[in-house]
Amino acid sequence: MPIEVLMPALSPTMTEGTLAKWNVKEGDTVASGDVIAEIETDKATMEVEAVDEGTIGKLVIEAGTENVAVNQVIAYILEEDEDASALDNVSASSEPKKDAAPAKEEEASKEESSDKAPASASSNAAPVSASGAIERSDAEPRAMSVMNATQDEKTYTSFKTQTVREALRDAMAEEMRSDENVFVMGEEVAQYQGAYKVTQGLLDEFGDKRVIDTPITEHGFTGLATGSAFMGLKPVLEFMTFNFAMQAIDQIINSAAKTLYMSGGQLGCPIVFRGPNGAASRVGAQHSQCYASWYAHCPGLKVVAPWSAADAKGLLKAAIRDPNPIVFLENEIMYGQSFEVPDDEDFVLPIGQAKIEREGTDVTIVAFSIMVGKALKAAEQLAEQGISAEVINLRTIRPLDVNTIVRSVMKTNRLVTVEEGWHFSGIGAEIASVAMEHAFDYLDAPVARVTGEDVPMPYAANLEALALPQDSHIVAAAKAVCYR
Amino acid sequence: MATTPKRKRGTTRADNQASSDDLLKYYREMLLIRRFEEKAGQLYGMGLIGGFCHLYIGQEAVVVGMQAAASNEDGVITSYRDHGHMLATGMDAAGVMAELTGREGGYSRGKGGSMHMFSKEKNFYGGHGIVGAQVPLGTGIAFSYKYRGENKVCMTYLGDGAVNQGQVYEAFNMAALWQLPVIYCIENNQYAMGTSTQRHSSSPDLYERGKAYGIPGEQVDGMDVLAVKAAGERAVEHCRSGKGPYILELKTYRYRGHSMSDPAKYRTKDELDKMRKEHDPIDMVKKLLIDGDIIDESGLKDIDKEVKAEVAKAAEFAQNSPEPDVSELFTDILIDA
Repeated sequence: MPIEVLMPALSPTMTEGTLAKWNVKEGDTVASGDVIAEIETDKATMEVEAVDEGTIGKLVIEAGTENVAVNQVIAYILEEDEDASALDNVSASSEPKKDAAPAKEEEASKEESSDKAPASASSNAAPVSASGAIERSDAEPRAMSVMNATQDEKTYTSFKTQTVREALRDAMAEEMRSDENVFVMGEEVAQYQGAYKVTQGLLDEFGDKRVIDTPITEHGFTGLATGSAFMGLKPVLEFMTFNFAMQAIDQIINSAAKTLYMSGGQLGCPIVFRGPNGAASRVGAQHSQCYASWYAHCPGLKVVAPWSAADAKGLLKAAIRDPNPIVFLENEIMYGQSFEVPDDEDFVLPIGQAKIEREGTDVTIVAFSIMVGKALKAAEQLAEQGISAEVINLRTIRPLDVNTIVRSVMKTNRLVTVEEGWHFSGIGAEIASVAMEHAFDYLDAPVARVTGEDVPMPYAANLEALALPQDSHIVAAAKAVCYR
Repeated sequence: MATTPKRKRGTTRADNQASSDDLLKYYREMLLIRRFEEKAGQLYGMGLIGGFCHLYIGQEAVVVGMQAAASNEDGVITSYRDHGHMLATGMDAAGVMAELTGREGGYSRGKGGSMHMFSKEKNFYGGHGIVGAQVPLGTGIAFSYKYRGENKVCMTYLGDGAVNQGQVYEAFNMAALWQLPVIYCIENNQYAMGTSTQRHSSSPDLYERGKAYGIPGEQVDGMDVLAVKAAGERAVEHCRSGKGPYILELKTYRYRGHSMSDPAKYRTKDELDKMRKEHDPIDMVKKLLIDGDIIDESGLKDIDKEVKAEVAKAAEFAQNSPEPDVSELFTDILIDA
């Protein structure tokens, strides 16, 4: 059979073009790679190369013909052992070849007939999320399906008092002792003992092979650590602050978070990106930003934000053991604060589970990181005013513990979210949507969001305090949703 | 195949240090890449391959020569112009082609596409779409070799366009500082998309880009597979002996546009024709094979036929393999902890 030369597409959107010129005539011998024709679209002129070798048997479409459909036969090439008589059996159809590009209509009907059509094809309002803990049924109030979910955190009897800083260090040291693949890398993590002294003592115990000072080169060392994680090493990468990780966000999202998917599950990336996030104190706009919603937006990442020393210890150990890339958002102001931490080498907290820090019945306050402390203070003030607030410490931002939030809202019927970051597309916006989607009928008031003000962080002490959420804002928001 | 190819086994050519078998192997591997890419171009034209498709035609000697210098255990990582690298590491042509068509039988089960394929088994680590990003990643792979005390080298490919990305120098610095076994293979095909080296690089000698970090560099004729292999062997030896990174600038040429929709108006037809006629990497080896009396025309034709059949089989598989099951949409996002 003669070889068909088809009108090629220059891009996936091209449907037809002009056959501008033939560079060969019937009877010419061609080899792979020879330019045989030129075609034009409104965007460009391109050369058509022969893919096969042989003799040009017939030029079906004349040079200069416009609107030649993609995949239409434009010429026939005779193979070595063929002569012109082989062309007798071919009818030069002006129709595009059916078996070439799949027709759009066929595709559409295939999707309709499939009962496993992707979520985007569904006309239901709620998007089906892969990580969503809840099977969403449209027939009933969605919250019903979460009623039986339990929060099972192991109980411990022996505790010790530790700062968040010490708890983080102990978590790393314990995991490094038990797994040779774990190493710590970052600016000033070794000899300087950590810019905020979080890695104190690690160099002495583990040596410079596993506790590695980097140059100031965030984009580079993030890519390097990610590459090593592809090979099964387990880097704990410290950013001096997450503000500097913005230099490296391409490697975090495009390389660490997406490669498992792009490789069809072949290449995982067990890495922890950790460091202080959000505002410290009086360090200005470029050093005071919350990145929770930036990272939480992206599939392929888990985002963890501890508040207490126990959170820090249990969650960092879990993060290091987790086979996925984890963004671990700490807070500089919390480093020096002390908490009770279970005195147990096996103390690990589950990623993806929130903790109810204080039970209440009138209003649910959801917070994470440093804002948990402010929410607890606000709850005390509210109690004095006769309002019983339930305070949820999210611990993990992604995957979000929808169950705990929704069950609480079903009990209190009112919800306040608290975060240091800006309100637009913030974590509060996501939680408000969750409440609307899963507990719409249980809400007695619109959800209130307490967030940082919509400004770059000012330096002046008075302005900085005004830009950040304070206990008083939380109290006011809680009273507002209680109509008090 | 009626005729038995005429070939002399195991003889070493004194002038180029490659045995007859080696030359035949390089010829076949380069031809496979070229025929594969021509077929990919054709399938793209038929609408069977979507999105972006960056062909390697013209640059075959680079990856085939480098792989000839490497061991099977060494790692390979590159950018989005990656089909040739995958075939050269021994990945199956059918699996690569089926990924191009976005089918279940593809290396990433249709979820990666032309720019994103991987094979742990063949130590091929992608397939990366952000210009320059593979350079720190490859440096990290080399870091893992050193960390674990493995005597391996990571071949980290980048184009002449990528050499202007900042993260490349961040990686160079750390690789030199920590003596990591990584070879930076700069495939200088002379055009960063449509911008020529003269227009984007303050110095035309890209092999000198590691000078500030003390990384030795060499400029190599990337159209000559034997020159590439020889330089590759020097670089591998350097890395394996613990001396740290090495840079090879492989001067090559891409016959096609940057991607399928690039008409390549930024260069003259004469320039392209001259390269094709006078410096084609496959013709060069063909001439060595014929002149050296290693194989005759009919023997070469048999190889051509075999390669063509392999590519035809790959193309057939790539068209017949089904699209991924819709359930694949939600798999491989996270590993169960």
